[in-house]
Amino acid sequence: MHELAITQSIVDAVTERFDDTTVSSVRLEIGRLSGVVADAVRFCFDLVAEGTTVAGARLDIDEPMGRARCGDCGSEFELDYPILLCRCGSASVEVLAGNELRILSVEVA
Amino acid sequence: MCGTCGCDEIGKTVVLEQQVLAKNDHLAGHNRTWLRERSILAVNLMSSPGSGKTTLLERAIADLRDDLPLGVIEGDQATPLDADRIRATGCPAVQLNTGAGCHLDAGMLAGALRELDPAPDSMVFVENVGNLVCPALFDLGEDHRAVVMSVTEGEDKPLKYPHMFRTADVVLLNKVDLLPYLDFDPGRFRTQLRQVNPAAEVLAVSATRGDGLAGWYTWLGRRRRAFADTVRVAR
Repeated sequence: MHELAITQSIVDAVTERFDDTTVSSVRLEIGRLSGVVADAVRFCFDLVAEGTTVAGARLDIDEPMGRARCGDCGSEFELDYPILLCRCGSASVEVLAGNELRILSVEVA
Repeated sequence: MCGTCGCDEIGKTVVLEQQVLAKNDHLAGHNRTWLRERSILAVNLMSSPGSGKTTLLERAIADLRDDLPLGVIEGDQATPLDADRIRATGCPAVQLNTGAGCHLDAGMLAGALRELDPAPDSMVFVENVGNLVCPALFDLGEDHRAVVMSVTEGEDKPLKYPHMFRTADVVLLNKVDLLPYLDFDPGRFRTQLRQVNPAAEVLAVSATRGDGLAGWYTWLGRRRRAFADTVRVAR
């Protein structure tokens, strides 16, 4: 359950920046290959935000698909689980996107 | 009012584009610099509980003590049991207890490194909390990641826990002395590992019987020489 620590980092980063302003929403980007479960972050968010300037804020999470390029056949494809196999059978696959784990923006009241 | 610059950010969207793990990664960078300044190679050992990490360390300490000063940082949710086992071999060890936490992070390691105070040119093993999920995400400032997997866990673990196996520089397949009693196909395991991490080296070992440990020490020796060269060039 590393999502509790991850959510704590998110709330800490936002409250550090907005220590005396009420935050009304937080938008995150959690890629499908990042190893972080967006639903678990949603579950922890209200609990962690309680008593801070982020308490009661809406949480929006973008969950971009993973994207990879095959080093053998050159094709690009989407993936939502880090099994690095191209349809051509090659395991020489470079991940282009999907590892994102960012706080994109916040709305302040 | 914005706590950073005092500007008037009221009633609007503020773009942050900030990495969630920025703070951990920043602290990990400090650990990396601290270790490099002392020419200390750090290896992060990760696995599920009971795969044999501590036994592997006890063997390495016994086998390498004449050639290489070692230090160990132990991570567990509770008890000093593992650090006690390491200290019983004469090797310095620091125990980190994470309580409810499921992984070590760079801040915890920073404190433990200062407490351990390892000798310059030594090697530090960090035995992470036994868990195939959470430790994968947290950079500690280590130079290498070694994932230990025992044959009793089943050959499908790389596919079930891809994030962990994806980050490994080397995978130690432990307890191979038990293979005659198990339905475990090492070839199939290697194929499945390649599907998540084509680059990781696989070393088949038995920490209790000693099989393959020479290969593990050769791997460490190679990494240590390469690390020493990098540190020398940087100076």
